[in-house]
Amino acid sequence: MSRLEILTPTKAQLIVEDLYKNLERRITASPPGLCPVDITRAFIEMSHSQTCGKCVPCRVGLLQLKHMLTDVLNGDADMDTLDLIEDTAKSIMETADCAIGYEAARMVYRSITNCREDYEEHVKNRRCTCLTTQPVPCVAMCPAHVDVPGYIALVREGRYADAIRLIRKDNPFPTTCGFICEHPCEERCRRNMVDDAINIRGIKRVAADYAGKVPPPPCGAPTGKKIAVVGGGPSGLSAAYYLQLMGHEVTVYEMLPALGGMLRYGIPNYRLPKNRLDEDIEAILETGVKVNYGVKVGRDIKLDELRKEYDAVLITVGASTDKKLGIEGEDAEGVMSAVFFLRNVGMGKAESLEGKEVAIIGGGNVAMDAVRTAVRLGAKKVSCVYRRRTADMTALPAEIEGAMAEGVEMLTLKAPARIETENGKVKGIWVTPQMISKIKGGRASVVPTGDPDVFIPCEALIVAIGQNIETKHYEESGIPVERGKIVTLPNGGFKDIPGVFAGGDCASGPATVIKAVAAAKVMAANIDEYLGYKHEITCDVEIPDPNIDDHAACGRIELTEREACDRVKDFEGIENCMNKNEACQETGRCLRCDHFGFGIFKGGREKLW
Amino acid sequence: MVSLTIDKINVSVNEGTTIMEAAASVGIAIPHLCYWKGLNEIAACRVCVVEVEGKERLITSCNNVVEEGMVVYTNSPKVRMDRRRTVQLILSQHDCKCATCVRSGNCSLQTIANDLNIQDVRFGERLEKQEWDKNFPLIRNSAKCIKCMRCIQVCDKIQSLNIWDLEGTGARSTVNVSGNRTINEADCSLCGQCITHCPVGALRERDDTKKLWKAIEDPTKTVVVQVAPAVRAAWGESLGLTREQATVGKIFDALKKMGVDYVFDTTFSADLTIMEEANEFIMRYTKGEFKDRPMFTSCCPGWIRFIKSQYPHLVRYLSTAKSPMQMFGATIKTYFAEKIGKKPEDIYTVAVMPCLAKKGEERNVGLYVDEYAGYDTDCVITTRELDRMIKTAHLLPALLKDIEPDSLMKDGSGAGVIFGATGGVMEAALRTAYFKLTGKNADPDAFKVVRAQCQESDVQEAELKINDITLRVAAVSGLGNTRKLLNKIERGEVHYDFVEVMACPGGCVGGGGQPIHDGYESAFERGKNLYFIDRGMDLRFSHENPDIQKLYADYMGEPCGHKAHHLLHTDHNAWTMPKAPERDRNGHPLGRNI
Repeated sequence: MSRLEILTPTKAQLIVEDLYKNLERRITASPPGLCPVDITRAFIEMSHSQTCGKCVPCRVGLLQLKHMLTDVLNGDADMDTLDLIEDTAKSIMETADCAIGYEAARMVYRSITNCREDYEEHVKNRRCTCLTTQPVPCVAMCPAHVDVPGYIALVREGRYADAIRLIRKDNPFPTTCGFICEHPCEERCRRNMVDDAINIRGIKRVAADYAGKVPPPPCGAPTGKKIAVVGGGPSGLSAAYYLQLMGHEVTVYEMLPALGGMLRYGIPNYRLPKNRLDEDIEAILETGVKVNYGVKVGRDIKLDELRKEYDAVLITVGASTDKKLGIEGEDAEGVMSAVFFLRNVGMGKAESLEGKEVAIIGGGNVAMDAVRTAVRLGAKKVSCVYRRRTADMTALPAEIEGAMAEGVEMLTLKAPARIETENGKVKGIWVTPQMISKIKGGRASVVPTGDPDVFIPCEALIVAIGQNIETKHYEESGIPVERGKIVTLPNGGFKDIPGVFAGGDCASGPATVIKAVAAAKVMAANIDEYLGYKHEITCDVEIPDPNIDDHAACGRIELTEREACDRVKDFEGIENCMNKNEACQETGRCLRCDHFGFGIFKGGREKLW
Repeated sequence: MVSLTIDKINVSVNEGTTIMEAAASVGIAIPHLCYWKGLNEIAACRVCVVEVEGKERLITSCNNVVEEGMVVYTNSPKVRMDRRRTVQLILSQHDCKCATCVRSGNCSLQTIANDLNIQDVRFGERLEKQEWDKNFPLIRNSAKCIKCMRCIQVCDKIQSLNIWDLEGTGARSTVNVSGNRTINEADCSLCGQCITHCPVGALRERDDTKKLWKAIEDPTKTVVVQVAPAVRAAWGESLGLTREQATVGKIFDALKKMGVDYVFDTTFSADLTIMEEANEFIMRYTKGEFKDRPMFTSCCPGWIRFIKSQYPHLVRYLSTAKSPMQMFGATIKTYFAEKIGKKPEDIYTVAVMPCLAKKGEERNVGLYVDEYAGYDTDCVITTRELDRMIKTAHLLPALLKDIEPDSLMKDGSGAGVIFGATGGVMEAALRTAYFKLTGKNADPDAFKVVRAQCQESDVQEAELKINDITLRVAAVSGLGNTRKLLNKIERGEVHYDFVEVMACPGGCVGGGGQPIHDGYESAFERGKNLYFIDRGMDLRFSHENPDIQKLYADYMGEPCGHKAHHLLHTDHNAWTMPKAPERDRNGHPLGRNI
């Protein structure tokens, strides 16, 4: 044996490393609704296998925790056992020598203190309260419960128009979502257990791009009921679409000259080309929805007047106004909010930023939209000023990468202190250097480093730190408002205000398109019930039988983008769609959880709502 | 058409055909366990796996369809090994004490394990313990449950009651009463369809044969047994008798040989029910009680449990007539007791029923006559229990003779016989109502439009003109079908004057107490047998039954008269059922976690 040797990992080590990766992917794809007791027991068992064996709390304590948790699951425990689990977990947290022990015990402690009822049900009734009701992860994770495996199978067969019809059963914005949905459906995709999540949004884009014009289904028999929808954004239009299909007569009141809300006036054209947004809106309008443009409720007409004129009123005004930084110099010329900046661009009223230095404050998707728009308006330099790290930004990673590729500077760990002005015009912003600190509520906080403030010169400063809701008129009309949001019952209605419903961003706070659509379904259904009907929204498209392929591991196809140097020159769409070969491979990766596994037994397909 | 080869045989079948059905079309029977066509095609047991050339993983043949050019092997070494391992895994969680199991000899797991020549299970036995109220008419033994999910499916899809569910996750997921209720807290109709669809002995009826043997052995008890119409259509199936051989007379013979004192045919009290119900209908109809909602029959205790739990506001539209079983019990303990000079308390009334819910009915409403307070029926046994008693008494079925029921209540009409099939009560009632309204008999087959056309028949409806009256009637069987019909009635989409409901698909012949045949619904075939018997009878009208006429003349007075009302009618509000949980639009109970 030599004095020192170069170590190469053994086969066993390599396999274990691989198993860790498998486990990581498996956890990612964990189905929703598992029993907290069972999962905690499984975690503690795995954690215990990591123990070195030196110290008592970890070596013996974790084992005893595992035994007690097993007893709870087997119905062999009593209420004292639960107390003992809690106390033991706490002791191990306090006495274990290293993180292998105390962090494992912390998981148990958090589980039993937060999910006590589940533990008690096992002890008292020997039953488990958990059961699978939505076994298809993508459908469960989609707020609007779109039939994902269904449309993937249709796209696989080249039945693009049918795919669009099926999507519209739950979401009348298939094209829009094909471009910009945040795709929560992909988060728990079971395909993660094999290799990687299916590119569900990409497949939806395929359906939208190849389907051509797909007319909406015919409306039901007219009910004679009239409904006013205030605000023509995604939730207002979705609700209007379904209510119209049910046979009601819907009029949308839109304060701006065109429909779409944030989709048109918030999201830049390069992400969602407006002619593509129009495809969805045209189909919605084809159902017979009427629109009053340029009418602002509260200014041009009162809510009470609408209530008199219509059988039901739906408030979907979104979150369309800005939030202030609350620092010195904010009212200077050249300082503006991202909401108005992007709206002006959307209305074609944008000012050129040619040769200017621009700073944007914020780290969300709107901030990314603002920086990338600024680049396209010809700015010399665009900086994104953010108080935390890039990793802490709430924007989608692809958006951040896209912005960086387009030359945006990420000035992270910098908190705005004051705005430097000259003759009433912005000259730059002073920021306080921050360091990342303790994790609070699951998120890393920041504290000042103690270094002196830094000056960032800029001629335009765009503030993208969130949006507010214009609630004043509604509050005056008796609609409950708390912390700047409209507060509704879970059905979207109000306790003592019959016939008025609200939802979307104005009730939830700024959220995603698909959440707006989900809220619209809830409101449409409950307005229908309120008017005394039980209409059903269905789709008669037959879903193809699944294939029986072996599902060998295969990479995920990502949508490509136009070259950065080329795309910054215009506002045209930047993302390329898959071609049919790519679509065929990607759709073929779908594991069809509606057919294989629990889906074929229960909850595989919601045929109506 | 799709062409493929299965075990080297060329097969050509329609697109969409499953591999299992394609194989069956050329005589290859692929073993399966959880599969039930149309009901449970969920590929849970994995016994029906086959190998497809070019694919590494085996696929289930029950729910995957043929593809052009497929090369399938149903018995390759890989299939044999995996199928065998799977069955051994199932056996490791199944209480394999077959010798003491009610399903021994009629158990699909036993058959498959035997067929695969499995003589040892290489896994340790791990049986599940779950508490169960052994006094409830429906018994579940979790140690035998193989989680095929058929009970859940039949209750969800056919009966729409969602009593069963898969609860828990991971290794401990198991079948139990849904919504973390106990069976006593659940709105179970006791139809027993979960039992007749269980492939093993996990679900069974409460065995009351011991109770009956004890009564027979008790010298102070006069044991009087009635046999329901539907029993004759099925009892021979598990005893090796053909349909022609398995007559009701042989059941009487068997019962007498066991030591029973008197035997009767429930057909008699079916006729009695018709007398009461037809008269009640005409009275209430004339009063205009059924302008909005029809009168519903009340013979089926599964239906009674259903309406009470699901549609309590419709209970007042039920006929107040007791079921034939209860009427017979009441008549035996009063009229018959008096005639033979016995006290009601010395008489032990037994009913042989095709039904599980009858076991629940037995204790629901008491009988109060003069100083006597007891029950109409003291003991209910199912057709399956009757068959077991015949075996216990080591009676050779082939040697049983046709004997007649005892006198006083001997006669029964063809109308009473068809009570055992869906539409039968309606048809019998119409035969008598027609007579009541016109004073003359219709052709006995005049109302056969209300008979089921096939096993899948759900609702049979008819509009009949009798004199100047137009009656709209419907007969429905299966509780899912019933729910659909009631919803239509409630929404005002249909209107009837009289509706017959039977909880089990096809009526009592398909009852939860009947012999079990895995994968095969027998109700329609058995029903045809009852209609055949009816056609061959001289007496086909309930109102012409001489013993019924004598019963009224000697004891009961007028149909729906004071005494008849006291003894033959019931108060549906005397007992309650657990309320049904709220349901969502897809029929799933609300208030569960995901």
